[in-house]
Amino acid sequence: MLEIKDLCVSVAGKEIIKGLDLSIGAGEVHAIMGPNGSGKSTLSYVLAGRDGYEVTSGSVTYKGQDLLTMKPEIRAREGVFLAFQYPVEIPGVGSATFFKTAVNAVRKHRGEKEYDAMEFLKVMRAKRDELGINEEMIRRPLNVGFSGGEKKRNEILQMALLEPTLAVLDETDSGLDIDALKIAADGVNALRSAERSMIVITHYQRLLDYIVPDFVHVLADGRVVRSGGKELALELEENGYGDIVSGAEAAA
Amino acid sequence: MGATSPMVRPGRSIVLPYAANFAALRDDLPGGNLPWLAADRSAAIARFTALGLPSQKIEAWKYSNLTPLAKTDFVTPERSIADAIRTQIGADFAKQNAQHQRLVFINGIFDKTLSDRVDPADGVRVLGLADAMAEDGDFLKAQLSDAPYFNSNALAELNSAFMADGCIILLQPDAEATLELLFVAVAGEGSPAYHPRLLIAAGAGSRAVIQERHVALGDGEYWSNPVCSINLDRGAHLQHYKLQQESPAAWQTALTKARLADAANYENFTISTGSRLARNEIEVVLEGANASCTLGGSFMLSGSQQVDNRLFVDHAAPDCTSRQVYKGVLDERAHGVFQAKTLVQRDAQKSDGHQLSRALMLSPDAIMDAKPELEIYADDVKCSHGATVGELDDEQMFYLRARGIDEATARGLLISAFLNEHLNLVSDSSARNLLAAAVSEWLQQHGLGGAE
Repeated sequence: MLEIKDLCVSVAGKEIIKGLDLSIGAGEVHAIMGPNGSGKSTLSYVLAGRDGYEVTSGSVTYKGQDLLTMKPEIRAREGVFLAFQYPVEIPGVGSATFFKTAVNAVRKHRGEKEYDAMEFLKVMRAKRDELGINEEMIRRPLNVGFSGGEKKRNEILQMALLEPTLAVLDETDSGLDIDALKIAADGVNALRSAERSMIVITHYQRLLDYIVPDFVHVLADGRVVRSGGKELALELEENGYGDIVSGAEAAA
Repeated sequence: MGATSPMVRPGRSIVLPYAANFAALRDDLPGGNLPWLAADRSAAIARFTALGLPSQKIEAWKYSNLTPLAKTDFVTPERSIADAIRTQIGADFAKQNAQHQRLVFINGIFDKTLSDRVDPADGVRVLGLADAMAEDGDFLKAQLSDAPYFNSNALAELNSAFMADGCIILLQPDAEATLELLFVAVAGEGSPAYHPRLLIAAGAGSRAVIQERHVALGDGEYWSNPVCSINLDRGAHLQHYKLQQESPAAWQTALTKARLADAANYENFTISTGSRLARNEIEVVLEGANASCTLGGSFMLSGSQQVDNRLFVDHAAPDCTSRQVYKGVLDERAHGVFQAKTLVQRDAQKSDGHQLSRALMLSPDAIMDAKPELEIYADDVKCSHGATVGELDDEQMFYLRARGIDEATARGLLISAFLNEHLNLVSDSSARNLLAAAVSEWLQQHGLGGAE
């Protein structure tokens, strides 16, 4: 599904990711953990194709294609989805209009028939109900006046609508209380499938109690310093990042 | 044709200098037989001559150049309108709402054939200005002397000298009305110049919605120099909307002045997409306590179009509120101007005033001049102002693209959002829909309307 090899990324001339390797198979859920500044969010933006993130070496292959040469919208249509850590507010753009435009852009790319207004309403209502999102939220301009929890739930709703094959969740747990976290995690879990891979980026182990990963990687200073199963997250919770990170720095 | 040529035929042409043409035209202007009107016109042209056509040396005209306008040999439009033109106007510019009554002005001349009859029994009286000159000079004189006028304003003086038609709209206390005013320019063989006058007097507690639309048949050059004077009595509400979609070669220099008594409310929203130069000058005097006004506007420009919005709100009484908020989208070499001044007089305590200018630049060659100004003499007020000029937000663009929306569509969505959100200032929902349709029409025409 996704093959990242020796990836180096600079932002404004400063190297943030320094030789990262990661391989993700279909249907797998990988957690990426690490201290602040380790390059977690940079990785998510590089995968989604944001401007200003300069890949200085290495490769990212997605479903056999070079992901890095694709425009952000093409990546999205090919099934890459980034759930933003800080979803941006867009006053004046109605949520429903935006969802329909996005879903139809993706469907068109996949050779599927675009939804008309009525069909889309039906699809949206079904997904919305599953995630416990009320209609009023959809009527508002995109993310405007949403609470932190509503914004994150809105990201999960978009993920459900766009049906990606690779979902990158960037600190979906940040700013959520435990109830909101459970709702978001339930939404993510409902989307787990044998064809859908996920990268769950988080600072804390807490989220991984609800979204149980197949693999856990620790990112420090721009590279993966340790990989393991879900028990690695518990170990980090107990001992902190200190030992692993300083060990990695000593090795570097 | 020479500027002072004795060959100028009354009713045919106005060329520079305006005073010489006035001398040739004066006796043939409607109402030329009314001595007081003739005297008023002569006084106006004398004041205009003393002031001269505004130059960029005058602060209020710093950003707009009328020199090219002064070079055009404008003609006075014919009063008689061919039936074919009426038919075309009817076909091209349908009424915006079948329920509304519409008044139509062709080259500034009130056209009774195309206009709906307004029944005075409903508490609303509509009278064409030329008709008033012919039929009821005393009534007109009283209306003109009550109407707010402009101080040292050359273009207002020019309008006073040459005004040939327009209309008077009177609302009885507590009356309600919704009127559409359609101004159509028809540039024929010559480039017409016209100076219509609109007088609106709203009685206490009355409520009116007036939707102006300025359009043209064809894309010729003309100069429209309308003056609108508004008197709002105690508690009267006027929602005044203007959609300016004129010919790309047109000049429009519009002046509006409103005077508000206690608790009156004036709401103006002006959208400009047309013309070579559009000048929207709006002055509001908050004369009575608790009066309020909202002056909103949008402009969407491309090519080398220019819109110069000049606003002035005078807080002359306590407890008044004013809002002046304009937003513009500027493409190519377009030039937007926002000059807004709020004056708070010494006794106007508890004044609440806010000014904001926001411009979205789609091209590195576009220009925006924003000059919000506060002049405050009272000590207990809440006033603020701000101006932003920027490009589309990178984060918002990326968010939309990360959801599969292509760059052009994402741009269209954000520009449309920027403009549509602003329409929330329009409190009349039917007018808001209409203005929204004009916004999306512009977006479509400029390849920015990819999404619904």
